[in-house]
Amino acid sequence: MFISLRRSTATLAAAGLLVTGLVACGSEDEAVSEPGTSGDKQITVYSGRNEQLIKPLLEKFTAQTGITVNARYANTAQLAAQLVEEGDKSPADVFLAQDAGALGTVSKRDMFVTLPSTTTDKAPATYRARNGHWVGVSARARVLVYNADAVTEAELPASVFELTGPAWKGKVGVAPTNASFQAFVTAITVQHGEARAKEFLAGLKANDPQVRDGNGKILEDVIAGTVPVGLVNHYYLGEVAKEQGTTVDALKAKLHFFPGGDTGGLVNVAGVGVLKRAADNPDAQAFVDYLLGPEAQTYFAEQTFEYPVVEGVTGPAGVPALADLQVPDIDLNDLDALESTVALIKESGLVP
Amino acid sequence: MASTAAVAVAVVPLAYLGVRTAEAGLDRIVAELWTGRVAWLSLRSLGLAAVVTSACVLLGVGSAYLVTRTDLPGRRFFAVLAALPLAVPTYIAAFAWVSAFDGLAGFWPAALVLTLCSYPYVFLPVAAALRGADPAQEEVSRSLGRGGWQTFTRVTLRQIRPATAAGALLVALYVLSDFGAVAILRTDTFTRAIFVAFDLGFDRTGALVLSSVLVLLTLLLLTGETVTRRRGARYARLGGARRAAARLRLGPARWPALAGLLGVAALALGVPAVSLARRLVAGVSRPGALAEVAAAAGNSLVLALAGAALTMLLALPLGLLTARAPGPLTTVLDRLAYLSHALPGVVVGLSLIFFGINVAYPLYQTTWLLALAYATLFLPLAVGSVAGAAAQAPPGLEEVARSLGRGPWGVLRTVTLPLTLPGIGAGAALVFLTGMKELPATLLLRPTGTDTLATELWTNTAVGAYAAATPYAALLVVISALPTWLLVARSGLLDKDDR
Repeated sequence: MFISLRRSTATLAAAGLLVTGLVACGSEDEAVSEPGTSGDKQITVYSGRNEQLIKPLLEKFTAQTGITVNARYANTAQLAAQLVEEGDKSPADVFLAQDAGALGTVSKRDMFVTLPSTTTDKAPATYRARNGHWVGVSARARVLVYNADAVTEAELPASVFELTGPAWKGKVGVAPTNASFQAFVTAITVQHGEARAKEFLAGLKANDPQVRDGNGKILEDVIAGTVPVGLVNHYYLGEVAKEQGTTVDALKAKLHFFPGGDTGGLVNVAGVGVLKRAADNPDAQAFVDYLLGPEAQTYFAEQTFEYPVVEGVTGPAGVPALADLQVPDIDLNDLDALESTVALIKESGLVP
Repeated sequence: MASTAAVAVAVVPLAYLGVRTAEAGLDRIVAELWTGRVAWLSLRSLGLAAVVTSACVLLGVGSAYLVTRTDLPGRRFFAVLAALPLAVPTYIAAFAWVSAFDGLAGFWPAALVLTLCSYPYVFLPVAAALRGADPAQEEVSRSLGRGGWQTFTRVTLRQIRPATAAGALLVALYVLSDFGAVAILRTDTFTRAIFVAFDLGFDRTGALVLSSVLVLLTLLLLTGETVTRRRGARYARLGGARRAAARLRLGPARWPALAGLLGVAALALGVPAVSLARRLVAGVSRPGALAEVAAAAGNSLVLALAGAALTMLLALPLGLLTARAPGPLTTVLDRLAYLSHALPGVVVGLSLIFFGINVAYPLYQTTWLLALAYATLFLPLAVGSVAGAAAQAPPGLEEVARSLGRGPWGVLRTVTLPLTLPGIGAGAALVFLTGMKELPATLLLRPTGTDTLATELWTNTAVGAYAAATPYAALLVVISALPTWLLVARSGLLDKDDR
């Protein structure tokens, strides 16, 4: 009896704690209520870009403009689903996305305002929406990352299409669920037709690829030497160098930029769009302009190893300049035919 | 009734799936589901669930027997050790295993990691049942001439069957819903396909249509469990003083038994610990200021506590109903509470966004809606604990109280609740634990700007800042260890009243 009494007391004490905790968090909720009304120096940003990368930038923005940013971080695809589910009741003012495809999904639901051309004109036409619904703020190149011990420079393929050949059997890391891989497959369709895309995916699948969940895992395996080469975005190398406390040049893994306008060298963007509820909100507009301003553009180059999209800003260290890349001639606006790409990737058997 | 409220919360995701699937149209549904891929993924998911559940039953019942019914040295220590893996999220465990063993991937490694993380779901209820079971039945069996092994299989295993089945069901449903381990270990399962569908072309409709299959698989499992359940089986102690069963003398067999328990603990706890420590040393990234870490820990605590409180509030009437008024209607209500349990967190999260936006907008993106999501996700954990405790308390006591003139509320307050209190505590601890680890629904529903240990862990590992992620992982496990200890204590495994 003694024991059970003691236990009951413990449970009651826990219940008491609970109530206090709940009351405390109830008042917390009220403190942040109703952000986003026009010009109240508060905006809500849905960020599909990682908190570690973006938070310092948002803090700089707040310091400069006095506008508080309530940021909501999650995976880009899931935030797009969340925005679509929320519809016009969404508390979001701005959607900052990891890639153009997610922005296109929200744009198709007609949830974005048309940005003023004074804003969008800062980025080249290929890196912004034709209808002005979103604008790219940083660019990333598709590359072949390779382990310098496993592959010599002379062995590197001139085209991404060579990777389906016998020389690369079992050696290529791919992340088919990754949005940038999908954009790349769409780019093949745009440049060479759907048949070629289908053939490439079938060839890749037949060549015993090393399928991984994301670009980061491919890179990790390439550095470890368990996978010789992999298709990733260029900036992941910078992330690894940062974590290991070293420079990009000191790593075993090297980047190969496909030459001659090959589809494998597609350049994609991370971008931003303003939701309709913030149509007349100068703070949201100020945020977009800030992202395209020199401070943010330099931040992307130095801290996230991405290419600035605004001319005149120095690019990241350790990689060739964007202007020197032989980028395929593809307009990102043409990459919104995602549905057929998804069907192709599913058919290929590269994903569950 | 009050139980209906609980069930209503549990079926929010089903309603949402219904609405969205209907929108998709018949052609789309057929195109999405009538494929070999869906059949293959279903079989694979069920296969994984079957393998993991069997392994968990073996491991859970085995270790529960060793710590409750034998003279194994250090039993209390091993009881805590066997429950502790509950504090390790599968995504941390899988990540640790991949870090420790290069190239680990596929069905069997995923089965191994899932087993090591979820066998406490079987161990805890079975250990409690073994400890609470009436030894008289075993003694009768022996006195009637049955040997030790026969008594174990014919009597003991039957006594603990409800506990084993309840734990096994939780494991099976958990395996169906798990994304963390199967994603990291690259095993294609249904849940992974659902997540992939969100990523591939941001195809929400396809993902949701696929999710409805998971509900059907759950229905299959639930029906199976219900059909095989022995009707009217009750194993409450009928009067007499509480006394412990005789302990089996292991003799020299104690060494392999000890080695086995230590081995499992080393795999379930040692591998993650060593692996995380190595990551911490290898990287140069560091977590934010102490204040940030503390804030994340505080938020995790508050959210998990709020979730546990709300879940218990909803679970209590349903659990009592299940234990006190069994019948077809009760069974249906109880099973309905389980139906969303195999849905991945992202689907439950989206369904509560739908609910929050269209029904309860003032709650949207507040702690309360997230707490509600936890209730939806974890209701079965709580209902099971309450029902289990209530079933062990003899209904005779309530009848006596009624006959002595107490009204129904008085009986509930003075007899039923105190008797069920240990079950309520256990359920709350279990929900709290699981809530601390939950990630996908938390990401979708947390109040904007609220970081928890789990979200910080995700944020840091997503950019490869593993060293910065490690303290969050460690803190998550350490904080979860406390309710785990409570769970063990409540099972009576720490009591010293036995020989």
